[in-house]
Amino acid sequence: MLPEATTSRYPGAGPRLLGPVRHYARSVSLLTTRSLTRRFGTVTALSDLSVDVSPGVVGLIGANGAGKSTLIKILLGLLPSTSGSATVLDLDVATQGEAIRERIGYMPEHDCLPPDTSATELVVHLARMSGLPATAARERAADTLRHVGLYEERYRPIGGYSTGMRQRVKLAQALVHDPAFVLLDEPTNGLDPAGRDEMLDLIRRVGSEFGISVLVSSHLLGELERVCDHIVVIENGRLTRSSSTAAVTAASGVLALEVDDRTEELVALLREAGLHTVLDGRTVAVTLDGDLTYDRIRDAVVRLGVGLVRLEHRRHHMTELFTGKNYSTGSRT
Amino acid sequence: MTTTTSGGTSDRGVIHDIGYRHYTGPRLGRRHIVTALYADSLRGAYGLGRSAKSKIIPMGLFVLMAVPAAILVLVTAVSKVTEIPGGYTSYTFKLQALIPVFLAAQAPVVVARDLRFRVMSLYLSRPLRRDDYVLAKYAAFATAVFALLVTPLLILFAGALLLKLPFGEQISGFLPALAGDILFALVLAAIALMIASVTPRRGFGVAAIVTVLTVMTTVGLSAEAIAAEHGSWTLAGHLGMISPFSVVQGVQTWLFGADNPAPAGPQGTAGGLIYTAVTAAVLAGCYGFLLLRYRKVSVS
Repeated sequence: MLPEATTSRYPGAGPRLLGPVRHYARSVSLLTTRSLTRRFGTVTALSDLSVDVSPGVVGLIGANGAGKSTLIKILLGLLPSTSGSATVLDLDVATQGEAIRERIGYMPEHDCLPPDTSATELVVHLARMSGLPATAARERAADTLRHVGLYEERYRPIGGYSTGMRQRVKLAQALVHDPAFVLLDEPTNGLDPAGRDEMLDLIRRVGSEFGISVLVSSHLLGELERVCDHIVVIENGRLTRSSSTAAVTAASGVLALEVDDRTEELVALLREAGLHTVLDGRTVAVTLDGDLTYDRIRDAVVRLGVGLVRLEHRRHHMTELFTGKNYSTGSRT
Repeated sequence: MTTTTSGGTSDRGVIHDIGYRHYTGPRLGRRHIVTALYADSLRGAYGLGRSAKSKIIPMGLFVLMAVPAAILVLVTAVSKVTEIPGGYTSYTFKLQALIPVFLAAQAPVVVARDLRFRVMSLYLSRPLRRDDYVLAKYAAFATAVFALLVTPLLILFAGALLLKLPFGEQISGFLPALAGDILFALVLAAIALMIASVTPRRGFGVAAIVTVLTVMTTVGLSAEAIAAEHGSWTLAGHLGMISPFSVVQGVQTWLFGADNPAPAGPQGTAGGLIYTAVTAAVLAGCYGFLLLRYRKVSVS
């Protein structure tokens, strides 16, 4: 067993000895915004945004230009809001920016690495910029670079790194000082599918294994579905949705089944039996209506003498938030 | 959760992943952060902690500045004269041509690199304050310039003491030169950093700094010489202030009684006061400009 520090998901809740910067307790709010508005001249980047999110892995989803980066900069305490207020870890972004920046880590969307230094040199330096003593900075930099998957190459100048390696260095510098909360702006940008999966796995580990809250922005909903506990969707600077992933992807009241032959006859049989049935490609979607539904499906399959390939509870997809299409019944709602 | 030993995949050799550990040690405050940035920037100004290529220019210039001093000491020893040829103050003046090269090559390394590669985002998202960034960078670069200027003086002074030249004479030559070099480092570093901070592209920065410093120096010295030729000493003194080198030399002469190699230099107490005021204004102006410049740097 690992010591308590790593087993507890949110270490602030445990009796662990803490440094001057406390990790959040579970009850603390991760971030809140109240009617947050930011205008750039005539352009409104954020409009009357009010959300309340508790610690965990939070996905911030929106198309390019939806206001994701603007929101992150406000949360860092580096961009004043035009009106409204926001707190991060219960600290006010307008007045306690410096205290916030002591407790958070930030991974910018854009390239931000000097090519002439090695990853080790850079991450050690940035750890010291977060207040770590020299020895601790070196140890933490080595540990963090290993955690993000940079090994011998960390001693080479960053100029020769691939995009995937650069993203890892950017993540490492955000984590090196062991923040309570990291804000990752489009961390999967520019990565190939394999690199994307690795980055998402890393983000999941940061949230679960490291016990660090994460705000991760992306314009791709599908990828965040897998790693986030909570999803905030913004569109043109307005809040479209803020809910826990569990609620969004909860099991729907629909069964999906697939048989190896005579699918259309099966549909007809099920409809005869009084079940609401929709054929969606090879999959038959049956609305669940009590345990009896299972029996009727079984009977129909036995009567036809076909093989049952799949029978499962359908889950909602987060994509439905955007398209309005309900994949569980295969029809628009 | 159990301990995982899967950190190293087979193709990367075996690395035992002992899991994530939280940092429970001290987090130091503002002074520590500024000092760490100062130290890193000072090392960076001489290419330390960077690639071998980035050491060539600063280290090369450092050696070029120091070697003539060592030769002068040798000459003094061999020829058995009782003073260092040329003296202390004029040493910096004679090797003046090398200083803009150092300023132009290294000021962009100290500030423009962070702007160009957008490393500023990583600094600004940390507890480091913008003004503290400017302070640390300026102090570091001024120290780097001072090291370049003072090393040959120290070689001369140490040589003079080893040769048992009269101590009183040596110290009275050395101290004004030392004070002058501090002033030189402060003023030149401020000018060079100001220019470098508005030209993030390194090439532009180098060209701009060389141009500004050499043109101003040449124009200043020529104008001063022409005016002096016509006997207008006050005017010559004022014109000399076009050159940043002459301004500092003027203050050095007036305040610390150093020899002045300039044609005219500050004329009388009024002249001295004006030179000092101009030096202070240049310092304050450049530093103020840097502070304003970094207020505008955004995180993206």
